[in-house]
Amino acid sequence: MKKEFFGYVRNSGLVGTRNYVGIMSTVVCANEVARAIKNNVNECTLITHHQGCCQTPPDLKVITDSLISLAKNPNLGAILLVSLGCEGTNVDRIEKEITAFGKPVKKIVIQEVGGSINAINEGSAMAKQLLSKISSCRREKVDISRLIVGIKCGSSDATSGLASNPATGVAVDMLVKSGGSVIFGETTEFIGAEQILTKRASNKRVSNRIYEIVNNMEKRAKTMGVDMRQGQPTPGNIAGGLSSIEEKSLGAIVKSGSCQIEDVLNYSEFLGNRKGLYIKDTPGREPDALTGFVIGGASVVLFTTGRGAPQGHPVAPVIKICGNPQTVDNLGVHIDVDVSSILTKSSSIKKLGEKIFQEIIDVASGKKVKAEICNYNETMEIWVKGPVI
Amino acid sequence: MKKKAVVCNSRDNVATALEDIKKDSLITVNTEKSNIKIKIENDIKLGHKFALKYINKEDQIIKYGESIGTAISEIKKGEWVHIHNLESNRGRGDIGGKTE
Repeated sequence: MKKEFFGYVRNSGLVGTRNYVGIMSTVVCANEVARAIKNNVNECTLITHHQGCCQTPPDLKVITDSLISLAKNPNLGAILLVSLGCEGTNVDRIEKEITAFGKPVKKIVIQEVGGSINAINEGSAMAKQLLSKISSCRREKVDISRLIVGIKCGSSDATSGLASNPATGVAVDMLVKSGGSVIFGETTEFIGAEQILTKRASNKRVSNRIYEIVNNMEKRAKTMGVDMRQGQPTPGNIAGGLSSIEEKSLGAIVKSGSCQIEDVLNYSEFLGNRKGLYIKDTPGREPDALTGFVIGGASVVLFTTGRGAPQGHPVAPVIKICGNPQTVDNLGVHIDVDVSSILTKSSSIKKLGEKIFQEIIDVASGKKVKAEICNYNETMEIWVKGPVI
Repeated sequence: MKKKAVVCNSRDNVATALEDIKKDSLITVNTEKSNIKIKIENDIKLGHKFALKYINKEDQIIKYGESIGTAISEIKKGEWVHIHNLESNRGRGDIGGKTE
């Protein structure tokens, strides 16, 4: 199997699988204007969320840092910042750091240009200039070691732990052994399986850090004073046969393969040129977790599902992998890789892992995933831990 | 012949159905050590679990070779194992469950 793909090589040395102008809202209050600009100009992708104002300083720092890291994602050729003008996000720092990173960036501030209509008009003109700047970028053949891949599972059922996650684990091992980078997370879904993950930690500090993020996540859930079941596992997980968070976790971590875990990344942290397998501290919920991997620099995401989670992400193509034959029949329109033959025909997990690896190469080189084809890829979120005040 | 259920680890005391299995079916489940003949006591949907042997109240339910929770009632061989007879040990804000 050829371990190369065709990607967009950026100044940073990182390689993108898409070439978008990112229309980035810096605060929830600018989302409408950002969306209108995105709709006016081709090849733009919309980066919105519900954060950036009336939050505590630690959260505002996470939001600012997250947007900076997100802007560094190699799928984004250029960035247009859409600001209201009075938010808590540090927009000047975002603009400065993107510039220092060497990526083209422009900014429109709604309160400074006379309101939404002017901001949409001027912002659209800026987005057009940015698009013409990046549109001459061509795909080049590069080694698979230059790819950063995120992995996620969602709408899991018992087939996830038996088919799609083990097959994905094979593909992840192939990627890591080829010198690539992989990020996984969903800290909630380490609860009950941390004793297995910590054995793969590169050193004692990383092992302790895994225990620490799991304890913190569990403590946050427990402060509500209830059994977290229904929240995690979700009603859908339970209908699919998963009885407890421990069972969900033990099936979920298999998707990370068997390689050494190099380190644990904070939610807002960018991976950059580091190689190997990394954990990112994220919740399980799709918009927050997927955004966490994209913040880390992932330019493709593998997403296993049992019951059929359709959503993608605005910045990275999300490859849906399913091992439930009933879901493949019912929701095939949202499934990219069918691995149900592991259960129906006792097919080799290794062979289907290789099929997933080939799909990564194809999608990284430009093949559209179902979420892109269906336009089911707009929702995203930045994860914060504190209150809205 | 296609397997109707799978046992993930030789320490497990539950199996997972690979298709919908009807109540009163007689099936054979292969484990690393032996083949177990089981009469299924409830309708079991794809992905759901049933007991490979009698499980006492307060015993641990084992899947993937690890605990996935505690039995809150006695569970007969072949009986459906799910949230009605299995409680999680983790994330239990209601009882201040363990955090190591």
